[in-house]
Amino acid sequence: MKMEEVDIGTTTEPLLKVEDLAVEFHVSGTVQRALQGVSLTLQRGRTLGLVGESGCGKSVTSLSIMRLLPQPPGHYAGGRIVLEGRDLLSMPERDMRVLRGGRIGMIFQEPMTSLNPVYTCGEQIVESLTVHSGLSSKAAMDRAVELLDLVGLPSPKERAHDYPHQLSGGQRQRVMIALALANDPDLLIADEPTTALDVTIQAQILDLMTDLRERTGAAVLLVTHDLGVVAQTCDDVVVMYAGGVVEQAPTKALFADPQHPYTIGLMAAVPRIDTTVDRLSTIAGSVPPPWVKIDGCRFASRCPLADDRCRSAVPPLREIGPDHAVACWRAPIEETTV
Amino acid sequence: MTAMLEVRGLTKHFPVRRGLLRRVVGHVQAVNDVSFDVNEGETLAIVGESGCGKSTIGRTVLRLVEATDGSVRLDGEQILNLSTDAMRDMRRKLQIIFQDPFGSLNPRMTVAETLAEPLLLHGLATPDTVDDKVTELLRTCGLSRFHAQRYPHEFSGGQRQRVGIARALATRPRLIVCDEPVSALDVSVQAQIVNLLQDLQAQFGIGYIFISHDLAVVRHIAARVAVIYLGRIVEEATAEALFAAPRHPYTLSLIAAAPRPDPTIRDGTEPVQGDAPSALAPPSGCAFHPRCPMAQEVCRTERPELRALGATRVACHFAEEVVPETVAIQTTPTAPSLQRRLDVLQSAALKKQSAT
Ligand SMILES: Nc1ncnc2c1ncn2[C@@H]1O[C@H](COP(=O)(O)OP(=O)(O)OP(=O)(O)O)[C@@H](O)[C@H]1O
Ligand SMILES: Nc1ncnc2c1ncn2[C@@H]1O[C@H](COP(=O)(O)OP(=O)(O)O)[C@@H](O)[C@H]1O
Ligand code: SF4
Ligand code: SF4
Ligand SMILES: [Mg+2]
Ligand SMILES: [Mg+2]
Repeated sequence: MKMEEVDIGTTTEPLLKVEDLAVEFHVSGTVQRALQGVSLTLQRGRTLGLVGESGCGKSVTSLSIMRLLPQPPGHYAGGRIVLEGRDLLSMPERDMRVLRGGRIGMIFQEPMTSLNPVYTCGEQIVESLTVHSGLSSKAAMDRAVELLDLVGLPSPKERAHDYPHQLSGGQRQRVMIALALANDPDLLIADEPTTALDVTIQAQILDLMTDLRERTGAAVLLVTHDLGVVAQTCDDVVVMYAGGVVEQAPTKALFADPQHPYTIGLMAAVPRIDTTVDRLSTIAGSVPPPWVKIDGCRFASRCPLADDRCRSAVPPLREIGPDHAVACWRAPIEETTV
Repeated sequence: MTAMLEVRGLTKHFPVRRGLLRRVVGHVQAVNDVSFDVNEGETLAIVGESGCGKSTIGRTVLRLVEATDGSVRLDGEQILNLSTDAMRDMRRKLQIIFQDPFGSLNPRMTVAETLAEPLLLHGLATPDTVDDKVTELLRTCGLSRFHAQRYPHEFSGGQRQRVGIARALATRPRLIVCDEPVSALDVSVQAQIVNLLQDLQAQFGIGYIFISHDLAVVRHIAARVAVIYLGRIVEEATAEALFAAPRHPYTLSLIAAAPRPDPTIRDGTEPVQGDAPSALAPPSGCAFHPRCPMAQEVCRTERPELRALGATRVACHFAEEVVPETVAIQTTPTAPSLQRRLDVLQSAALKKQSAT
């Protein structure tokens, strides 16, 4: 069976635009705001990094884009997610299913949860190819082996008949990538694709993703908590904190000129393999739990520059340089008199 | 002079059982002939890929698993053949903290109860003094006595790790095995815990075996580093020497693979190929040869012994030919703008502190 292609329009850039997205979780009678006013833009052929500490809303953002947010307890409380001119939040689930695995490829942290344990790796790719691209099963099997070869799985012809549990973590992640790329997606969403892997295997997988991105021209949304991964692979970065975007910029600009106190604190806290310091710099305190209601800036409880305005009014995301935006009343910091 | 902890020829083979009769069909060579020292107040890091035997080394040193062979001496006293009674006493001096403090804390015990238990068991407190001791421990680890009556689930990951550290610290240990203690923590909290571990070491002279897969954390915290591949030490050196001039091709590829948080140094070196082989069927000769870019014929047949090369110990036939420049481990200072802004934030934090 072949699902018909859904026309998602051919309007010009950008590929993906998330506007003012708000997501809530309704948990045992309480409403927890997981995302508040999240906006981001992804251009074709670029890799956008979504970075932040655990619980800041990276996965909720990427699940929302794929419309895979568990509902309930999840609930879209506002905003738009626009892929090539069409709002995904108002799209019928039937059309979404055509997009997922078709024009949107997905890679998750733990491939075991997204690969089906009772089908061989080859069968899963064949299934996706016949459903989305309408290939015959013979042609699909040939293509599946080609894809497994492309992602660097050793002896792909034989491995196609292996079940996921027969592969190592790195090999499973390669299969996941082959599956995500099967139908030439325009958008690849990768949520912590290398977090569970050794650095050696991580380097292989990130190389592979960069290589494939260059070859296919797909746009990549890379979710990670690792600033090193961002620096090495992303063109642009969005920094999230406690459910909101605090800073966004081209990668080079962000690292050369970090402006938000949280971004600065985060960068300074990362130990370096190529420099030594006497003592690691820390950010005092910890992320506020999601049930705490915050009126002003979400970082105020940990920010040394916080004043009354910070605690009462939410700082808007505003441009302070080319494509560089910060949500902080006091930025640019150096001009701030302390 | 003998070191505080001396590990010699440590070996652990786990039997692999199959079938109805649970017959032994082979052995996982988890740890093979591992020797190292840890001095008082010193940190030795153990690094390597998943499954290479890091945790098993830590656990055999503590006798949480029994060694197949080898010797472990703490302050000259052989640990591996101590009786159960004598070992209970020894446990006071040897402690461990884990990656997941939640899994290792009893969910039904308050923090006060968790900390009181080892204090009373080892006679380090009496029922009269135990509350004060618990409070002191909490304070040492950056918690307050308000945390004492709470349960583990009420804490954040960083706070739970502080409780785990406090529990290890309770018995005034000589050595703590830290098995990936910061791997599950966020960067900002990781920095707090690393600083705490360093402060405690400076204050009490504790030796650490610091198990980690994060080379950047290791470079920061460790005085010496042992790199493990498939259960064997392939290189051991001071942190300074290891990062400036790695001698083993595997060390080199680990360093090259660590992603650096600096977009101006994206280096195009090829990552090491393939997966780590299984400890069930280690390759012949040098275990690294199937992945090694420098491998020669001899590497397939002869296992290189660990040997001294300057102050480094290395197990590679061609260690002299390893060129560290290939990974360009250049020293890059913190971006000046980052430093300036950090200074602004820090002086603001100080001002705030003195105002309250
Ligand atoms: N109780 C056990 N029975 C059988 N094999 C074991 C046992 N414990 C560990 N092993 C095996 O010993 C080897 C070393 O395991 P170990 O847990 O020490 O690795 P590690 O370096 O700590 O890995 P990680 O980074 O994943 O924590 C592995 O091959 C593992 O499968
Ligand atoms: N299924 C769920 N039910 C309730 N709360 C959730 C659920 N999934 C995520 N959350 C909450 O949403 C927030 C963001 O989580 P997440 O996006 O997973 O963070 P991360 O940035 O680590 O990926 C957190 O406070 C988390 O507890
Ligand atoms: S708005 Fe205020 S509290 Fe928030 S980051 Fe900026 S200075 Fe700090
Ligand atoms: S002994 Fe040979 S295979 Fe092993 S690390 Fe050295 S060069 Fe490589
Ligand atoms: Mg996540
Ligand atoms: Mg381990």
